[in-house]
Amino acid sequence: MLKLGVPSKGRLQADTFEWFAQRGVTLKRTESDREYTGSVEGVDNVQLVLLSAGEIPKELAKGRIHLGVTGTDLIQEKLPDHVGQVIPLEEMGFGFADLIIAVPKVWVDVNCLDDLDAAAAQFRKDHGFRLRIATKYHNLVRAGLRDFGVADYQLVDSQGATEGTVKNLTAEAIADITSSGATLEANHLKILSDGVLLKSQATVFASKSADYRAAPLAEFCTKMGWEVPQL
Amino acid sequence: MQNDRRAAIRAEAARLEAAFADAGALRIEADALLPAEVLLDLYGEDIRSRAYVTHDPVLGERMLRPDFTLPIVEQHMTEGEEPARYTYNGPVWRMQDAGSSRATEFVQVGFELFDRADPAGSDAEVFALFRDLMPDGLEVHSGDVGLLRAAVDGLKTSARRRAALTRHLWRPERFRRLLARFSGAGAQPLGRAEMLAKVEALGAQTMIDTAGKFIGLRSVSEIEARIEGLRADSTEAPLSAEEVAAINALLSLKDNCAAALGALNDLAETLVQIRPALVGFQRRLDALDARGIDLAKLPFEGSYGLTSMEYYDGFVFSFAHQGTVIASGGRYDALTTVLGNGRHIPAVGGVIRPDLLLAQKEAM
Repeated sequence: MLKLGVPSKGRLQADTFEWFAQRGVTLKRTESDREYTGSVEGVDNVQLVLLSAGEIPKELAKGRIHLGVTGTDLIQEKLPDHVGQVIPLEEMGFGFADLIIAVPKVWVDVNCLDDLDAAAAQFRKDHGFRLRIATKYHNLVRAGLRDFGVADYQLVDSQGATEGTVKNLTAEAIADITSSGATLEANHLKILSDGVLLKSQATVFASKSADYRAAPLAEFCTKMGWEVPQL
Repeated sequence: MQNDRRAAIRAEAARLEAAFADAGALRIEADALLPAEVLLDLYGEDIRSRAYVTHDPVLGERMLRPDFTLPIVEQHMTEGEEPARYTYNGPVWRMQDAGSSRATEFVQVGFELFDRADPAGSDAEVFALFRDLMPDGLEVHSGDVGLLRAAVDGLKTSARRRAALTRHLWRPERFRRLLARFSGAGAQPLGRAEMLAKVEALGAQTMIDTAGKFIGLRSVSEIEARIEGLRADSTEAPLSAEEVAAINALLSLKDNCAAALGALNDLAETLVQIRPALVGFQRRLDALDARGIDLAKLPFEGSYGLTSMEYYDGFVFSFAHQGTVIASGGRYDALTTVLGNGRHIPAVGGVIRPDLLLAQKEAM
């Protein structure tokens, strides 16, 4: 069986089902909506595995599923060695999300990462601690800021309601996934002009470490119009 | 087999530690778990991609020591007399990049010298000590970050620009971008011109008032102060082409130490500010020469030692085989000044990887 991991709920699942249906593969949740099992029609020997989108990267890395649908952001954040662990097969054209850095709109002097770096140096001098950026995407944000050469900041963990941290004085800036600017606007924040650290969308990935001996990868790839990956 | 290897590395480490002790060093021990906050303040958030972090419910975040610098300097500040020589021998832990085959746990044996009387002599003492412990045939590197620091410190430009360059001295790419911008060649930051035009038209206060609801800890006066600084900066004359060319020549200088001295003397015609540092450089060469080191064979690189999270700011050196660094060291006065809350504690030292040294000796 070829195990295909798909998000277990929500918009991402609906879009994924729709996307596969358009390609002649019907994904269904079986019997009860509460039970996370499903069926696959239109192709043989493929098993649907419903998982939280956030768990799909690790399941791919461990080889417990062969293919998985998740966002590029989650793959890159959760799998530092993603190049060695998964292969992207196709971008699906939905689930768009950008990882952005945003600062208060009243920071009229800060419009780009260069400004953020200079403001961070000044902030540390004035306040005696490093400028706080709230995020849950620690690896991606750290790597992005290091590549640009931003210093004198610190990341503070925020697993939800990140946009509110500045108003609550627990952070000076935020780094978060945004699909629309509305939440930022409502929280008096603006995106830095070069502050898009990653553009993400739902993507089908193949695991590099899964056991494919009894899994019909080539057939499924041909059916979907994907080049068979060299694993 | 693995136990045999470990025992051999331990014996090699003990031999090196004994050699350092024979050179007058006091053996000291250090904690393996360090307070994360101090390391983060010292090295910045990037340390998280290099050091392992663990969490204690009461003490908060702790880090497995990525090197011995912090505990040694702290011990010296509280208990040490000067001059002081220390040696240590123990494991350190380093997170490596994804897919890297480099070790995440390895032993370091180090020697650190705290002495304010004779920096040139101290540099030479440490280098000669390490050289005597290395086999022949290794690649030797040396440099002097102090020359570049002095060059930047004395640039004919605003204190603001000099501070920005000094702050990014250890991030070579960012440094070059700043240098290009300050010389009028590089692009201005995105949106800077528009922002300044708006300031001229409306005034900073109005801009802030109309930008939206005021949120966050960064105050209006901090924003206004930075805008004032940027306005002044926009009328600042570019760095002279001669100064920029001389800085770039310093960064790309690669020669043996004897020849490099001549080239540096030429550069000091333009960069007069490096003359005191150059006197120190010459004194170090004299001290190395007195210890029997052939200056015509000792390589010098103007940009050597400019790597983030090391923060050497004077003499730097390493011994390597095919790019694998077996031993390295340098002077780190600025780092100790931060740790000493402004107290100046001149320090030079280095570390050896006994595992790599042993493998190298076996291969030869």
